[in-house]
Amino acid sequence: MSSNASVEPRRTALDALHRSLGATMTDFAGWDMPLRYGSERDEHLAVRTRAGLFDLSHMGEITVSGPQAAALLDHALVGNIGGVKTGRARYTMICRADGGILDDLIVYRLADTEYMVVANASNAQVVLDALTERADGFDAEVRDDRDAYALLAIQGPESPGILKSLTDADLDGLKYYAGLPGTVAGVPALIARTGYTGEDGFELFVAPADAEKLWQALTDAGTAAGLAPCGLSCRDTLRLEAGMPLYGHELSTSLTPFDAGLGRVVKFEKEGDFVGREALSAAAARALENPPRVLVGLAAEGRRVPRAGYPVVAGGKVIGEVTSGAPSPTLGRPIAMAYVDAEHSAPGTAGVGVDIRGSHEPYEVVALPFYKRQK
Amino acid sequence: MSNPQELRYSKEHEWLSGADDGVSTVGITEHAANALGDVVYVQLPEVGAAVTAGETCGELESTKSVSDLYSPVTGEISEINQDVVDDPALVNTAPFEGGWLFKVRVTDEPKDLLSAAEYTEYSGS
Repeated sequence: MSSNASVEPRRTALDALHRSLGATMTDFAGWDMPLRYGSERDEHLAVRTRAGLFDLSHMGEITVSGPQAAALLDHALVGNIGGVKTGRARYTMICRADGGILDDLIVYRLADTEYMVVANASNAQVVLDALTERADGFDAEVRDDRDAYALLAIQGPESPGILKSLTDADLDGLKYYAGLPGTVAGVPALIARTGYTGEDGFELFVAPADAEKLWQALTDAGTAAGLAPCGLSCRDTLRLEAGMPLYGHELSTSLTPFDAGLGRVVKFEKEGDFVGREALSAAAARALENPPRVLVGLAAEGRRVPRAGYPVVAGGKVIGEVTSGAPSPTLGRPIAMAYVDAEHSAPGTAGVGVDIRGSHEPYEVVALPFYKRQK
Repeated sequence: MSNPQELRYSKEHEWLSGADDGVSTVGITEHAANALGDVVYVQLPEVGAAVTAGETCGELESTKSVSDLYSPVTGEISEINQDVVDDPALVNTAPFEGGWLFKVRVTDEPKDLLSAAEYTEYSGS
């Protein structure tokens, strides 16, 4: 047994509740998390048509505060963080000096001089270390708040109605990518209109001691509307349909945001230097003139499912690699995201297939996302 | 869940019915179906194909993974369940009944097939 195998997975504040619901648990980035409670397809469809409730307490919260909090984050991250208004949030990335992506993040501006950075569980320590190191010389504090929060998400078209019945907060005034402090079911919470499902919905950051009370209140309030507890399995298919990247699949240290088709998150026009600026300028030019591989959507003509790492082929040659793949409950056929050579990346390109364990299955190159909700 | 008494079981989580005129029905257990999650694609051997006990003869794809299907006995495929090919969710909803996979004319079977009680102990469910 390796030394890692003996490390006990971390358990969220809702662990006992998941077990009482009969969840199938899985190890995810060192956390014991619910994979699914019943059918992951049913959970997926509940989020698309009604509402789903998720425990996302594995996500890594880092608080950055102080007079130079904004200046520090503008230096450490690729986005224009000083330009985020209080009460709003921003999707951004943290890169290495060579432009490689360390993580993708959501940054909430909680107050003029206070931000909450939410990192992926698998990268939380890396992000914490990088921010701490990059804070040198800034009048700002970087605090590890991973243990300070449990995170529940309620996602899907019924979620505003369900949440409204439990809070006096102005949800109608809460825009997409905004967050405000409030009270939900008597529990103090940061209420954010964010998510990773392609649906309207909310993420609720609360004290771990309040997590179970909030979960129960949401469950009770949502039952009539068809709210279902949802695991990480459907979260993955929901984000894949919505064309959202997942670190370790579409994003990695060997790719820049431009390689991943997300160059828009890099704000060269912001004031001052930031980590990765020089390398990212070169990456931006390269992506424009001579793109390496391009991230595309693939939709199956058959029923065999592409998985991460499978080769994408055309004319008998390997032209790319699948980064994520799954049967799509909404489309009713397998879908994938893949990096392919630029010449094969246009939607409708003919003759593209995926090598599924030795047999070349035909696939259609399609524009991302696969699914976009009707507003 | 309970594993039907009248079936026998392999350690690869297949079940095998008693022979009717030399032909046995094969499926995967509820324990295996639950472990896979929603099955979305079933690839079965063709009618007439020879299968060997303990060797792969098809595959089952679920949302998260693909798994090999093993034959619990040696013989020749006499029928496949077209319903489960058309609607793979039957594997999850009725693994011991409508979700059966294929029928095989048995020529040889291994000595280590398990009884329901033995399989329940082996699989823990």
